[in-house]
Amino acid sequence: MNRTHVNCTVNGDDVDFLAADGISLLDALRDELGLTGAKEGCGTGDCGACSVLIDGKLNCSCLVLAPEAEGAEIVTVEGIADGDRLHPLQQTFLEGAALQCGICTPGVLVAAKALLDANPDPTETEIRYALAGNLCRCTGYDKIIRSVQEAAVQLREATR
Amino acid sequence: MRYAAPTSVDEARSLLVDNPGSRVFAGATDLIPQIRAGRPQPSVMVDLKRIERLTSVSHGDGGWTIGAATPTAALTADVDFATMFPGLSEASGLIGSDQIQNRSSWGGNLCNASPAADSVPALVANDARVVIASAGGTRTAPVDEIITGPGQTSLSEGEFIIEFTLADMLAGASDAYLRIIPRTEMDIAVVGAGVRLTMDGDAVAVAKIVLGAVAPTAIRVVEAEAALVGSTLDEATLARVAEAASATCNPINDKRGTIEYRRQVAGVITKRALVIAADRAQNGATS
Repeated sequence: MNRTHVNCTVNGDDVDFLAADGISLLDALRDELGLTGAKEGCGTGDCGACSVLIDGKLNCSCLVLAPEAEGAEIVTVEGIADGDRLHPLQQTFLEGAALQCGICTPGVLVAAKALLDANPDPTETEIRYALAGNLCRCTGYDKIIRSVQEAAVQLREATR
Repeated sequence: MRYAAPTSVDEARSLLVDNPGSRVFAGATDLIPQIRAGRPQPSVMVDLKRIERLTSVSHGDGGWTIGAATPTAALTADVDFATMFPGLSEASGLIGSDQIQNRSSWGGNLCNASPAADSVPALVANDARVVIASAGGTRTAPVDEIITGPGQTSLSEGEFIIEFTLADMLAGASDAYLRIIPRTEMDIAVVGAGVRLTMDGDAVAVAKIVLGAVAPTAIRVVEAEAALVGSTLDEATLARVAEAASATCNPINDKRGTIEYRRQVAGVITKRALVIAADRAQNGATS
C-alpha cells in the first residue's frame, strides 16, 4: 500500500507521520499519534464523535483522508485545555454533568468551541443547530446546551 | 488506493487519464462512506481542493463563477451571494451538519447524483451551468444535463466539473428552496422544491419550478410554470400549480415517505416556495 509522508501541526506541535493513503485522519490521530480523544462512532460523518478543527474549521476526521492534512493546523480535544487548566467548556461540562458514557463528549467539546470562537453569545437555538452534527444517546442534550451556555457566559466575562 | 493532490486542472486530467478506476473528490462526504460500505476502492483518490480554481468564488461581468469544490459553508457565509441567491444559499446550507458544510460542495452534490440532493433543484431553477474538464479541453453544459438517474451522470470517464456559472439575478426576480424532512434538521429531503420567479409588478413574468426527491432526477414542472405566467399567485392559480406539481412526481416509497405523501407535499411546498420567492422578488431578498 502506498504511504504518504504528512507534515502538519496538531494542537500547536509540529508533527510528521507516514499515512497509508486509504486511512482517515481519525485513524492517523489515534493510531499514529496516540491522540485517542476523537472517537469513531459511525464512520460516515453522521455522529460527530470524531470532530476536530482543521485550519479552524469543524470537520469529521473520519471523512478526511490522512494525507489531506498536509500543511494543516489541527486541533483535537486534547488541545483545548490551557496546560493543566481545563477549557471553560470542559469545566462546565463536568460541573453540569453534561456527559454520561462520554463517547460523544470530545466531539461535542470541539464543536462547541468552534461555535463559541465564531459566536461568543449564541442563542439556545444557535447552539442546538451548531451541535446538530453531534449525536448523544445519553444526556437528551439539555445538560449539554446548559453547559455550553454557562461556558459562553464565563468566556465573555473573561474577555471583558 | 493512492492519494493525489494535483494543483492544476491539467495535472488532475492527466492523473485521471493515466489511472483507470480513479475518482475525483472534494469533501468526500458521500464517497468515503460509499467506499466503507463496500463500493469498489478507486485506484487513485484525486483531491481537487488544492487546485485554486476549484475553490475560487468570483463575481463580475454579470455573473458568478464558483469552483466546484468550494465548501458550501463558504457560500452561505458569502453575504453578497446569499443576498442575490437566497434560495440557492439556503439549499446549499441544508446539506448536513456544520462538519459536513465545511466539506460538502456543489460539484460533489451534483455528481453524487442523489435524487434528493438539495442544491440541485435550486441550481437548475437558477439556470446554472457547469464548466467540465474533458480529455480534449473543457466543455460547458447546463446543470440539468448532468444527472441521468440515481448515482448516474452524463460525465464521461475522466471528466470532472471545474466550476459553476450563474448569471446575476436581475431586479424583480428571486428564488426560494424548501424541503420536507421528517425531522427538524440533519435529514434527507422527502421532497425539495427550488423555484425562481421574475415579477412584473404583481404578476408573474417568468417562472421556473424544479422538484427534487420525487423522481429519479430533479424534474421541472413545466405545466405549473405555464399556469403561473401572468397570474398574481392567486389561490386558484396556486391550486392548479400544486395539482400540476403533484401530477409530475414519479416518487418512490421508502422509510421517509410514501408515494402518496410525496405527491401530496410536493404540491404544498411548491406553493409555499413560490409565495416566498414572489415576496423576495417584490420586496427585496432579505427574508
